[in-house]
Amino acid sequence: MTDIAVSARPRAVDLSSDAARRRTRKRYRAEARFRAYGIAAILFALAFLVFLVSDIVIKAIPAFTLNSVALEIEANREDLDPQGTGQPDAIARGDFVAPIRTALQGIFPDAAAERRTRQALNGLISSGGDEEFRKLVVADPSLIGSKLTVPVLLSDDADLFFKGIVTDVDAEVGRGVATPSAVSGDVTILSSANDFANSVVEIKRALSAEARRLRGEVERYQGLLATYSAALTTAQGELAAARVSAPADVPRLEGVVAKLTSDRDSIAGQIQSLGAIAAELETHFTGSGAEPLDEKVPSLLVQINGGVVKVTEASNSRISGTTLIPLQSANEAAAGTWEVVTLSAPEANRKLSDQEVAWLMQLEDEGRVTSGFNWLFFTSGDSREAELAGILGALSGSFYTMIVTLIISLPIGVAAAIYLEEFAPKNAWTDVIEVNINNLAAVPSIIFGLLGLAIFLNFFGLPRSTPLVGGLVLALLVLPTIIIASRAALKAVPPSIREAALGVGASHQQAVFHHVLPLAMPGVLTGTIIGMAHALGETAPLLLIGMIAFIVDVPGGPTDAATVLPVQIFLWSDLPEVGFQAKTAAAIIVLLMFLLVMNGAAITLRKRFERRW
Amino acid sequence: MNDASISASTAAAASATAIPSLVDRPAPAKVVARDVNVFYGDKQALKSVSIDIPERAVTSFIGPSGCGKSTFLRCINRMNDTIEGCRVAGSITIDGADIYDSGLDVVELRARVGMVFQKPNPFPKSIFENVAYGPRIHGLARSKSDLEEVVVTSLKKASLFEEVKDRLAEPGTGLSGGQQQRLCIARAIAVSPEVILMDEPCSALDPIATAKIEELIDELRANFTIIIVTHSMQQAARVSQRTAFFHLGILVETGDTDQIFTNPKDKRTQDYITGRFG
Repeated sequence: MTDIAVSARPRAVDLSSDAARRRTRKRYRAEARFRAYGIAAILFALAFLVFLVSDIVIKAIPAFTLNSVALEIEANREDLDPQGTGQPDAIARGDFVAPIRTALQGIFPDAAAERRTRQALNGLISSGGDEEFRKLVVADPSLIGSKLTVPVLLSDDADLFFKGIVTDVDAEVGRGVATPSAVSGDVTILSSANDFANSVVEIKRALSAEARRLRGEVERYQGLLATYSAALTTAQGELAAARVSAPADVPRLEGVVAKLTSDRDSIAGQIQSLGAIAAELETHFTGSGAEPLDEKVPSLLVQINGGVVKVTEASNSRISGTTLIPLQSANEAAAGTWEVVTLSAPEANRKLSDQEVAWLMQLEDEGRVTSGFNWLFFTSGDSREAELAGILGALSGSFYTMIVTLIISLPIGVAAAIYLEEFAPKNAWTDVIEVNINNLAAVPSIIFGLLGLAIFLNFFGLPRSTPLVGGLVLALLVLPTIIIASRAALKAVPPSIREAALGVGASHQQAVFHHVLPLAMPGVLTGTIIGMAHALGETAPLLLIGMIAFIVDVPGGPTDAATVLPVQIFLWSDLPEVGFQAKTAAAIIVLLMFLLVMNGAAITLRKRFERRW
Repeated sequence: MNDASISASTAAAASATAIPSLVDRPAPAKVVARDVNVFYGDKQALKSVSIDIPERAVTSFIGPSGCGKSTFLRCINRMNDTIEGCRVAGSITIDGADIYDSGLDVVELRARVGMVFQKPNPFPKSIFENVAYGPRIHGLARSKSDLEEVVVTSLKKASLFEEVKDRLAEPGTGLSGGQQQRLCIARAIAVSPEVILMDEPCSALDPIATAKIEELIDELRANFTIIIVTHSMQQAARVSQRTAFFHLGILVETGDTDQIFTNPKDKRTQDYITGRFG
């Protein structure tokens, strides 16, 4: 159709030329490339997110279960209710730990005989292990005098052993007939098959790896030694030359030579000692015969005839060791009735001794150990014991803090935004205020903490470490965010709505509150939720107002001392116990869930307020 | 805020000779403007506009874009107050009362002078709420049934009731463009204004919707004083009895619509209505 026009006057640019085609293709390529970049960026971000979340979840899983041991406990009156009152509050003060210990010692009578082993045995029970028992008896005092089977919480280390975190446990069922030499003390066990061969190989492999590592070290040191020797030779040469030509340099060079000599000697010493250890290890796996075991190699335990033997020397078909739990008999154990258990973490590298592991294995074999969901984590406050530590304190602290923050910052923020956007005259003053609000949004949060410390705690004398003060500080922190977002939302309401309201005779305030504000509400809520999410994750300002204190009690209101979720995470992540690492990850999950719930609520509210125009 | 201090009488005396239309119009003037000057910051948008708007008739303002006709319209219910840096000098009276008098309540004024805008702008609420809002904030209805009556009457007056009577609870934004504009008219007449200002009410509508609105304007004439700004000269000729032609902030000519379109006195009016410029 346009041919006539085109032919009438030739185009300045020929769109069918090769150059033009190339330009077009280049344009399409650029677009395709840009899309690829976008997709790559999203995938990259997604991969990070998946990695982060899965890492946290995997680390947190152990924190969501808890192991207890079922014990038959004698609820005797002397311990639980010494005055014999029968009153629940008197019973609640009774000694519930002693009967539990008695019950446990009843299972391992020979461990109870000696003070040291008795203490170790008692240590398997959590310091809060009597809680369940106490609750049971206080609820029903008539139970006193009877024998109860009660689940008793295990200690952190014992709990972690059953979660497989302390050491890998590899149990191998005996294939031959095993003959123990005695029931307690030093025992020798003979197997009709080469049942210990695998373990011996395993141990030799561990030793060999260690020896190889040492040899590598030695080689590295030898390289170092050569360098130092060369440097020493040079320095000595320089010293000799200086003695002849430049006597002033002699003292300095003498110092250098002396230092180099001592360094070289110490390196040589290292080489010697490491070489000796390596050589000693090598004799283990080169030589044949019985293999001695110590706390630096994986532990080997034999479960036989109702007892446990710790292996001190192993060969293919014969071990000797000491009993950790006495055997019930010295009879021959048939194939399949006994086990060789390898604990791959050497005893020196873990907190549970072989003795404690033996007890736990025995308890597990008796079917006393049960694993359940860790309700305690959601119903208790912080604790020094990992197995007792819960998130409820921090969760309530965060909740109260957020409530205070919301109550303070939302009305003030929205009111300020409405005034600035709708009513304030546009002059230099409002410009200054606007610039300062924008600047406030960029102030580091710790400054707000210092401000809170100076004003709310020192000047107004509000109680330290409380959600009230935390909420006030965080309200200051999120106010600029809320004001800026609310102003943007108010500005985005079409002026036609304002005019319509004014046109039917609404006052300015009526127009704003009846029409403009409801339409701006989704934006206001979005801004608020961004601010609140920011506040929820804030740690630094709360440290300064004392919310970092170790607080066991769950706060009952905004004026009780409390901590908040991010601070709790910070506190737990700092603790060395393995149990708290899982708690840290679990607390992160709780924090993220809190955030999700908050955002979900905001989205629901926003949907409700949302209107089209 | 404005220079409304010039008294109505002196302004009228000063410019009475410049208004020949006063003589040949028997209908009483509802709105009287004298020497109205409007400034947006340093820029003068209206220059000494004086006009009489007759009661219970349709007056149309025509003129090229940017000539100040909408600005003048917005002076009549003081909507210009909401614009930063806008200044109005001169006097505008409704029934002899100066609307720029400091003792006058602007909210009351806007209840007396309703407005319909260029783009239909119903509130994002139900049809009922749209119409009921004005009576409610002015306390015009004592009871719920009163309010319902006001809404139904207004919708009927705006010839919208038959179309929406089954869906009063549905959002007003769900109506078609023409229906939305009639809803806006219903909203304006619900507070029983004396004057209705219409700022290009049909510019966003199709011809059929436009025809309905024009028909409606013709009906409303019996009860209200209507001022309409329009770019369509056919529309001005169809709906209005009086026409005022604005050009470059000056009120060039005003007169009966027939006279303006058939026998304009000013050369500029003639050029504009014959399509030479604008």
